[in-house]
Amino acid sequence: MKEKVSSESLIIAGRVFNSRLIIGTGKYRSYEEMRAAHVASGAEMVTVAVRRVPLDRSSESFLDHLDPALQILPNTAGCYSAEDAVRTARLAREALQTDLIKLEVIGDQTTLFPDNEQTLEAARILVKEGFVVLPYFNDDLIMAKKLMDAGCAGIMPLAAPIGSGLGVQNPANLRIMREQLPDATIIVDAGVGTASDAAIAMELGADGDLMNTAIAEAVDPAKMGAAMKLAIQAGRLAYQAGRMPKRLYASASSPLQGVIK
Amino acid sequence: MVRVYVNGEAREFSSPLSLAQLITELDLPPARIAVELNRAVVRRNDWNTTELRDDDRIEIVHFVGGGQG
Repeated sequence: MKEKVSSESLIIAGRVFNSRLIIGTGKYRSYEEMRAAHVASGAEMVTVAVRRVPLDRSSESFLDHLDPALQILPNTAGCYSAEDAVRTARLAREALQTDLIKLEVIGDQTTLFPDNEQTLEAARILVKEGFVVLPYFNDDLIMAKKLMDAGCAGIMPLAAPIGSGLGVQNPANLRIMREQLPDATIIVDAGVGTASDAAIAMELGADGDLMNTAIAEAVDPAKMGAAMKLAIQAGRLAYQAGRMPKRLYASASSPLQGVIK
Repeated sequence: MVRVYVNGEAREFSSPLSLAQLITELDLPPARIAVELNRAVVRRNDWNTTELRDDDRIEIVHFVGGGQG
């Protein structure tokens, strides 16, 4: 994390990030490939999962394979109830001494769609316990409001199912969320497949994008990491620039007068 | 004899032991792991003084690569 704070910084509960891209650490073919992708992406925060330590073999710490400069964002991936997510968050905090938690309560194995009800319940408990909660949820404005009211530091609506690479499936919902919650930190979490998907999410007004599979499953993850970095920047700039309105018919860019006869 | 469950597996020990001793017995690197005893986190500083009892349920976790889901 650099000290410089600009209007372009992503700020989460007082922590300043100069990249709006947050990336995962799963599915890479090797640690080297993961590290190269992390560097190329320019991300300053990466997310990791909490799992039982294997007892039958000695295991090195996965965290040793991450650049120590990266902010680690533990997640509750794999939890299917508020109770399990809360327990996982508490364990992560104890091990890492960080209050940051990406809250995930999954509702269904096929879609990995979030269980919004359990997510909200867990968010309320964790906020009370002093966590900086970033919940993954369906792209629903009312749920977004409830999570913000619960005291979440930011909200993480999905673009599409986790690992699907389908891109933003409901741009209207993200746009409505941005317009109705101008002060919320909105980080699109899950579903982007390639750079244009990330750019679209940012053009719709997202403050950031968290992704894993789009980079990890690319043929060249480092190159895709670099592409995502540019896409996030381009999409953000376009959002700030304010796009032209869409029209059904043509509108000439050249003067109508003075055409030779 | 003490019989406890670690990450769902039964483990038997001939004499009483503390959580810290269990971590050593299991040959786990104590850095960047966290421990839950009967669903409540036990702070690192309390591992030494936490004696295990029969049927205790212990979860020991670490971090792995992952993003979503």
